[in-house]
Amino acid sequence: MSDTPVQTSATVLTVRQVQDYRAMTLVAPAIAERFRPGQFVALAVGGEHTSRLVRRCIGVHEVKSDYGGTVELVFADTEPGTAWLAGRRSRDQIDLVGPLGRPFRLPRDPVTCLLVGGGPGGAAVFALADTLLRRGCRVHFVLAGASARQVFGSRMAQRIGDSSAVVTEDGSMGEKGTVRDVLPRVIEETGADVVYGCGPTALLRSLTQIAGDFGLPSQVSVEEFLQQTGACGIGVCMTCMLPVHGEDGVTRMVRACADGPVLRGDRVRWGDLGTIPFDALGAPRVLSVSEGGLQ
Amino acid sequence: MSERVTTTLGPLELPNPVLTASGCGGTGRELAQFFDLTRLGAFVTTSVMAQARAGRPTPRVTETPSGLLTAMGLPGPGVETFLERDLPWLIEQEVRTIVSVAGSSVEEYGDLARRLRNVPGVAAIEVNVACPNVEDRGRMFGWHPAAAASVVRAVRAHARPGLPVFAKLAPDVTDIVTIALACVDAGADGLTLINTMDAMAIDPQTLRPALTGVSGGLSGPAVRPVAVRCVYQVHAALPTTPIIGVGGISTGLDALEFILAGASAVAVGTALFHDPAAGPRVLRELEEALAARRIGRLADAVGLAHKPAGYVPPQVRPQEPEKEKL
Ligand SMILES: Cc1cc2nc3c(=O)[nH]c(=O)nc-3n(C[C@H](O)[C@H](O)[C@H](O)COP(=O)(O)OP(=O)(O)OC[C@H]3O[C@@H](n4cnc5c(N)ncnc54)[C@H](O)[C@@H]3O)c2cc1C
Ligand SMILES: Cc1cc2nc3c(=O)[nH]c(=O)nc-3n(C[C@H](O)[C@H](O)[C@H](O)COP(=O)(O)O)c2cc1C
Ligand code: FES
Repeated sequence: MSDTPVQTSATVLTVRQVQDYRAMTLVAPAIAERFRPGQFVALAVGGEHTSRLVRRCIGVHEVKSDYGGTVELVFADTEPGTAWLAGRRSRDQIDLVGPLGRPFRLPRDPVTCLLVGGGPGGAAVFALADTLLRRGCRVHFVLAGASARQVFGSRMAQRIGDSSAVVTEDGSMGEKGTVRDVLPRVIEETGADVVYGCGPTALLRSLTQIAGDFGLPSQVSVEEFLQQTGACGIGVCMTCMLPVHGEDGVTRMVRACADGPVLRGDRVRWGDLGTIPFDALGAPRVLSVSEGGLQ
Repeated sequence: MSERVTTTLGPLELPNPVLTASGCGGTGRELAQFFDLTRLGAFVTTSVMAQARAGRPTPRVTETPSGLLTAMGLPGPGVETFLERDLPWLIEQEVRTIVSVAGSSVEEYGDLARRLRNVPGVAAIEVNVACPNVEDRGRMFGWHPAAAASVVRAVRAHARPGLPVFAKLAPDVTDIVTIALACVDAGADGLTLINTMDAMAIDPQTLRPALTGVSGGLSGPAVRPVAVRCVYQVHAALPTTPIIGVGGISTGLDALEFILAGASAVAVGTALFHDPAAGPRVLRELEEALAARRIGRLADAVGLAHKPAGYVPPQVRPQEPEKEKL
């Protein structure tokens, strides 16, 4: 087994509608065998002669050993690239690079873990749950979405988790509200030692803050930010940068794809996403529209 | 590797003509996960500047028809970290490395060339003149023959004598030939054509410019016809000056197009984001394309499009395609 990602032509097995999302299963043994929870794949969309040049970065929901090794992805098909993916049929080929990025760091001891998933990002916490359960950890879920159709995996969470809570903004499933409203109570009830998360940036931000209030470490996947900003997924294009402060207190712009997507929640400067904080290493000292116009 | 594809760029000899384009191959380590970088003709680094730069805020990129629009703000670690961390790795792996330099003043360019002077293992310097000149109200060096020439002259003066210097030009100028001439007069051994073009997209949802930087650099297949035109015009005016063709190359036939226009080497940029292994693939496809046209040596194809109609390049017999050793 090797740590380096591979580029492969994967065969589509199935594409299914799951609530508001698409779930796609691809046969890609080399990727399945290397995968660790939290990693993602970068897909070329539009076919061989496409005019769409940017790869789509999508987190892996789970890998299975069927057909030599399959990779399952869950995504919202709201933009042209993912809509193209959603239109694939079984036996179609898709150019896939993966597994990419840094995985969730795992506790060495069998501790109590709280896994928080929001929207399609919720899919990525299930592979993690599998690994944690196999290591003897207790696994509790909190799943969130705007409405019932945007909560991914609630039944699976009930089946495999020690507990699971659902929260929707419109109250169409579980409690009405956001993760912010339920997380403190769930942390207390479960006695969590660590909080893991994947989902919208606002969710990760409150998760980190609440975990911090309880003195707990948080590990979050900034998959949504990566999907919105990334172009290559492999760390060469520098389009997916976000500000993270290091042990030394210095803020650096790091790549969501190659230095993430899993980051320590308390290291991310959530309020400054989409900006270059003035105190970041290499930040422009004078603001000038003309600076660095190209490239 | 076959001798069919060896190429010379003035004083620089390369086993094959396929390079990476500056700013598109990361530090090299990322691409090395997908193929052996020594299979490239050369690796061109991201433009190095004197100081570490975080670049522009996101979003820095937007997908456009057959292209990419980026406004990165030249992010990079600065020359110090580059010399300590990135360049030694490339040299250790024996990757032929062309270092791209960029500055916001003539002095900064000269300074960078001096810092590279005693670094062994650098194959050439590429001068990115598509940089805003802070001493001239942020107008790009590459837009004016005199300004472009001044940075080339500064690099030439401080670079190790004999180290090849290439000037990389922007295409969106009134007359690229004038700028090419000025750079060659100032001591450039060759030219890299082209850098990105200033362009813009507006988001119909937000009703605002799609990029934080408002306008940005257009790259990808969308700019290829512009790049081919630039190579053709410059080769016609300066037939002995070596040219590295860049702009929207994603297949071997794209590369051949640049070579026919007058390029002796080609660089793959945006295509790497789509296909990390594009470099070796383009090379393989180019070799096949030459063989299919019975062209024995790459050099026989350079500038062929300038020849009168009916001209037949030296042909190899199909039975012995590789046996062209004159
Ligand atoms: C949330 C959290 C809770 C922790 N709790 C404890 C604790 O209770 N007790 C304790 O002793 N230590 C604990 N640790 C420390 C942990 O066990 C590791 O020592 C630490 O994460 C090492 O981090 P790293 O980044 O250096 O290496 P990592 O990148 O985490 O790698 C360490 C090793 O684990 C492997 N590895 C990493 N991630 C995965 C994955 N997702 N799947 C399979 N293999 C993987 C790597 O290949 C490597 O061999 C905790 C860490 C975290 C993040
Ligand atoms: C994200 C990105 C970063 C770039 N960075 C640099 C750079 O640092 N220096 C430079 O000279 N050109 C830079 N370029 C321009 C490319 O090297 C190349 O000239 C241009 O993109 C056209 O080629 P392509 O269509 O193959 O990408 C960059 C282009 C892109 C898309
Ligand atoms: S997506 Fe290209 S560097 Fe992160």
